[in-house]
Amino acid sequence: MLAAVSSGWYLSLGAVLFAMGAAGLMVRRNPLVMFMCIELMLNAVNLTFVTFARRLDDVGGQVVVFFVLVVAAAEVVVGLGIIVSILRRSPAATADDASYLRG
Amino acid sequence: MSAVLAATEGAHATFPLLTTLVVLPAAGALVVGLLSKRRPELCRTVALLVSVLTGALTIATLVAFEAGGAEFQMVEQYSWIRDLGISWHLGVDGISLFLLVMTGVLFPIAIIGAPAPHDEKPFLAWLLLLEAGCLGVFLALDLFVFFVMFEIVLVPMYFLISGWGYAERRYASMKFFLYTMFGSAFMLVGLIATAVLHGRATGQVTFDLVTIASQQGEIATTTARWLFLAFAIAFAIKVPLFPLHTWLPDAHTQAPTAGSVILAGVMLKLGTYGFLRFGLYLFPEASAWFAPAMVTLGTVGVIYGAVVATMQKDLKRLVAYSSVAHLGFIVLGTFSLTTQGLEGSVLQMVNHGISTGALFLLVGMISDRRHTREIAALKGLQKVAPVFAGVFTVVMMSSLGLPGLNGFVGEFLILLGSFTSARWWSVVAAAGVILAALYLLWAYQRTFHGEPDPDNEGFREISLREGLVMAPLLGLIVFLGVYPKPVLERIEPSITALVAHVEGNSDFREPAVDKTGPAARSDVYAEAESQGEGHGGAGTEGEGEAPATDGGAHDEEGGG
Amino acid sequence: MLELTWLIPALPLAGFVVLMVLGRRLGEPLAGWLATAAVGGSFVASAVVFVGMLGRHGEERAFSQVLFEWVPAGGFSVDVGFLADPLSVTMCLFITGIATLIHLYAIGYMHGDRDFSKFFVYLNLFVFSMLMLVLGDNLLVTFLGWEGVGACSYFLISFWHTSDANASAGKKAFVTNRVGDWGYMVAMFLTFTALGSIRYVDIQAGAGGLATTTATAITLLLLVGAAGKSAQLPLFVWLPDAMAGPTPVSALIHAATMVTSGVYLLTRMNPVIAVGSDWVPTVIAVVGAATALFAATVAVAQTDIKKVLAYSTISQLGYMFLAVGSGAYVAAIFHMVTHAFFKALLFLGSGSVIHGLGDEQDMRRMGALRKLLPVTSATFIVGWLAIAGVPPFSGFWSKDEILLYAWDLSPALWAVGFVTAILTAFYMSRQVFLTFFGEARWDRPLAEAAPDLARERGVPAGSADGEAEGRPDGDEAASPTVVNVYESGHLPHGVGPLGPIQPHESSWTMTLPLVVLAVLAVAGGALQLPFTSGTKRLEHWLEPVVAPGEHHLAVATGTKWALAAVAVVGGLVGIAAAVALYLRRRRAEQPAEPALLARGWYYDSGLAAFAGGPGRIAFDTLAWFDRTVVDGAVNGVAWLVRGTGGGLRRTQSGFVRAYAGFVAFGAVVVVAVMVFRGVVL
Repeated sequence: MLAAVSSGWYLSLGAVLFAMGAAGLMVRRNPLVMFMCIELMLNAVNLTFVTFARRLDDVGGQVVVFFVLVVAAAEVVVGLGIIVSILRRSPAATADDASYLRG
Repeated sequence: MSAVLAATEGAHATFPLLTTLVVLPAAGALVVGLLSKRRPELCRTVALLVSVLTGALTIATLVAFEAGGAEFQMVEQYSWIRDLGISWHLGVDGISLFLLVMTGVLFPIAIIGAPAPHDEKPFLAWLLLLEAGCLGVFLALDLFVFFVMFEIVLVPMYFLISGWGYAERRYASMKFFLYTMFGSAFMLVGLIATAVLHGRATGQVTFDLVTIASQQGEIATTTARWLFLAFAIAFAIKVPLFPLHTWLPDAHTQAPTAGSVILAGVMLKLGTYGFLRFGLYLFPEASAWFAPAMVTLGTVGVIYGAVVATMQKDLKRLVAYSSVAHLGFIVLGTFSLTTQGLEGSVLQMVNHGISTGALFLLVGMISDRRHTREIAALKGLQKVAPVFAGVFTVVMMSSLGLPGLNGFVGEFLILLGSFTSARWWSVVAAAGVILAALYLLWAYQRTFHGEPDPDNEGFREISLREGLVMAPLLGLIVFLGVYPKPVLERIEPSITALVAHVEGNSDFREPAVDKTGPAARSDVYAEAESQGEGHGGAGTEGEGEAPATDGGAHDEEGGG
Repeated sequence: MLELTWLIPALPLAGFVVLMVLGRRLGEPLAGWLATAAVGGSFVASAVVFVGMLGRHGEERAFSQVLFEWVPAGGFSVDVGFLADPLSVTMCLFITGIATLIHLYAIGYMHGDRDFSKFFVYLNLFVFSMLMLVLGDNLLVTFLGWEGVGACSYFLISFWHTSDANASAGKKAFVTNRVGDWGYMVAMFLTFTALGSIRYVDIQAGAGGLATTTATAITLLLLVGAAGKSAQLPLFVWLPDAMAGPTPVSALIHAATMVTSGVYLLTRMNPVIAVGSDWVPTVIAVVGAATALFAATVAVAQTDIKKVLAYSTISQLGYMFLAVGSGAYVAAIFHMVTHAFFKALLFLGSGSVIHGLGDEQDMRRMGALRKLLPVTSATFIVGWLAIAGVPPFSGFWSKDEILLYAWDLSPALWAVGFVTAILTAFYMSRQVFLTFFGEARWDRPLAEAAPDLARERGVPAGSADGEAEGRPDGDEAASPTVVNVYESGHLPHGVGPLGPIQPHESSWTMTLPLVVLAVLAVAGGALQLPFTSGTKRLEHWLEPVVAPGEHHLAVATGTKWALAAVAVVGGLVGIAAAVALYLRRRRAEQPAEPALLARGWYYDSGLAAFAGGPGRIAFDTLAWFDRTVVDGAVNGVAWLVRGTGGGLRRTQSGFVRAYAGFVAFGAVVVVAVMVFRGVVL
């Protein structure tokens, strides 16, 4: 019989993944990589939700995961569309160049 | 016409005259807006028709009004947003009656007398919408309706100034709009708070003015004072009351002539009317509490406006500052809280509309002919255009309060009333008449007296059309100066009720005047009286109807 | 008959309306005749009312006629009504009488003027206003007339409005009067609050119940009003300038009628004055006496024929105020009437001289006109003797009454009045001698005849007939104030031609009024001769009106005769001095006019300097304050909003990574707060 892995490990993994994603988002300039980091953060959050759902014996956490997956999917569709159209104009564009929202 | 009159008798109007007054110009605006802009004559005809019809309806209201009644007449109330207690509630009483008539009369005169220099269609459409808004303000008896109407007037005036104004129109229109709206924001908060707090206390949320005003005591005294302040800021900006007056010179100067006429003649009265209805009537205790401050600001405005007017180099700006001074008088009269002061201020609202409207029309005529408003550029106009100078003189004399013309009666009553309750302010404000003479006569001398130079020699005399436009105003100036009695008779009951309302809800008591005079008449002149009454005679020049009844009325009042 | 009271003001009003509409079409001289007829009719109506009043006795002589209710407002109610009583009827009689004569005179004087009919429009309106003033049965109708005459005075002074000086004079008159009007208005308010009414009958009845302080305040405020209208210190400055108007205007308004309104007002309100503090009448008397003396000193040095008379009017009005202050209301009215006769006569006479001399007003250019203008000079001399206080002319009787009452109040005031009387005799004699006697100074070109005058007008000495060649050299050329008035081509009014003048007597429309007024100036004393009670007609007539305030004289008959004799001697001394200085000497040897007196003790120029200097600076500062501080605050708010917005805008860099950083930071803060607050998830 394998020993049960305590939820602390899962939570730590989730935190580490989230931190990596956040750091990467702020540091990297390539839009696609930034997107991947966002995905990483979202999945880290998923992992955390599932862990707590299991720990607190509440299905609600699992339901939220579904919500997050749906939102992530929609966001990816729109976001990738925007990035592709930006990169089509200037292939070497970085996130810094796309300052169209400047006030 | 008689059908309309018959319909308007009775407590609840069968023909909604008041709603028509508001809807008709708005509909007219819509119609003009839909006409083709390539046919300016058609637009003008339609607009003129609508405004004249509206004016006729205001006169019908005047005729149908029962003198001696203090309550609201011709009331129309239709439930609008039931859950919030908002209803379409209109009514007219002695205070708003003559403001209605003045509005109805001034708009057609402005349309005929000061046509748009270009783009007639949108100009007239905005003017008509403005008229609807102004009439709506004077008629509204529901807080929400009042606010809507109060705000509606801002938009057309903004477009009028920015689209057809003079050099600095963009700055002036923006300043006017933002400044006034800033005040209205406070009023909105106050308004909603009033309704909510009242609703909380009585359990029934309503925005109805009459209901809230007659149920005094539901809102705590201190809170009521804050609410009054919220309303007062909006009205103080509108009036304009020192020191919130600086939008006025720019707006008046840069507006096209029709805009200035309406701005000075009607829109400033929205503020003073607001003080009466939504200050004294809605918050009597707070009004009495704030009265010393308001009276001070009014008096300061009188002197300040006059002094600054003296230093102006632009003729239109001078007249604008004179409005600050005149409106200072009106505020003084309003917050004197006495019968004479309040009657004087209501009368003066009408008088100022007529006189200053006429003055702006004349200044507009000067500016059209000479393409300048600089006093330094004008000289010797009386020699080349004596009739025009004569008309200007009459209007100027009215503005400085010459007895026999309309301006005097109102000013006198205001000063008399405030003398009884705010003595020293009245004494200081009375000195305003000296300053008024100073700046007006100085401006007249610079502009009309002297030998005209070549630039001014071609000044055209007043034309027939212009004369016909000025004639009704001149007639009113003289009539209201000589025989203001019918107007005062209709205003008085509402004012008496308002003063009683303020007295009943606050610590203020109208100062009693020792009425020993008539009663204490000695026998020395006793018999001569009764001999004189029967011979009231034809009077001088057709003034004074029905001397017998006048004599009789005097006897009833103890020969007062 | 008394019911016709309303007709008295109605006729001039009708004249005004008709002439305003049809005047230009009627033209000269019909417009003038119509106006004269209107005022003449008004005189007839006054006479009818007077006769009707004679038929009554005592208290029944007060007749009240109400036309309609004017201003009803709560407890305050005022009618347009008339009060015909001895005082008002007296005023009506002499106002309409003299006005008719002056209207007739003006037909001749204004002959050829471009705006002939407009002149009569204003004159009729003026008479209407004046009659409303005196006939009004309450303070407000009187105020209507009061301001009305002020407005008409403005119109008439600036009648020849193409000249800036005239326009300024008109404006000055109106504004100065307005200062007085302020006092009147506040007095009205105070009266109403104290008595509940502003009708004269009520005031007379209720005055006894007034508190002393209230009555004092009302009186002092009325004094301010009266001082403005009747040109007393310190508000007299408009009257000398008002001479810019045509001479009939000066005669009617600024001699006989409008300026007497202040005296009328105080007389009307005598019940209130009577219950005020004791020192108040003394203040009135002191104001009057001081004004009388002040103006007399200035008149001594004037060279313009009308300015002498202007200051003389101020001085004589001072006498009337002295009378009022001494409680001698009857004497004040008496002097008002006699003064109206002889002052109007003098003004009209001076107008006749001006007219005959081709519009020359300066006495330095006159002289030896007696033979050439016989009627004018004869009547003028009558007027001179009247004002100088030579018995038996009317001026002697009225002035003597006043001095008598002044003596009873205070010998010091009497002394001031006495000195003024000497000065009056002196300067009037000076005027007569310079104008009608002595050497002729008009039969040669200006530069030759009157070099000092020529210098003032910028004409170089020795310039030929009608030419003004060459500029004045030396200091005068450098002085910016000397401008050759003849150069503009448009002679200012009152400046005569450069060449010789042909004086001629005026037409009958102008000389007839002079003769009538001369007769009145001689016989006017009969109104109130101090010998027996039977001869004191005016006193008995006015008694019901002035009873509360009239002071009862307690002076021995011997003193009366002594004072009268002293006054006569004083007058003769003044005349003798003028004879010595002006009649016996040639122009070059006559004393030069001292600048201090000629410039009116620099009072007017001092006021003007104050108004133009510190006054203007104060006003300008306030205008600057409005522009910069008040409006600056408004614009400042806008600037602040824009600035803040601009500052905050920098966070919107468009850098996505920066936004991400903010989100992350914010999230951490939120979580931290939640954790520390102990929020349970």
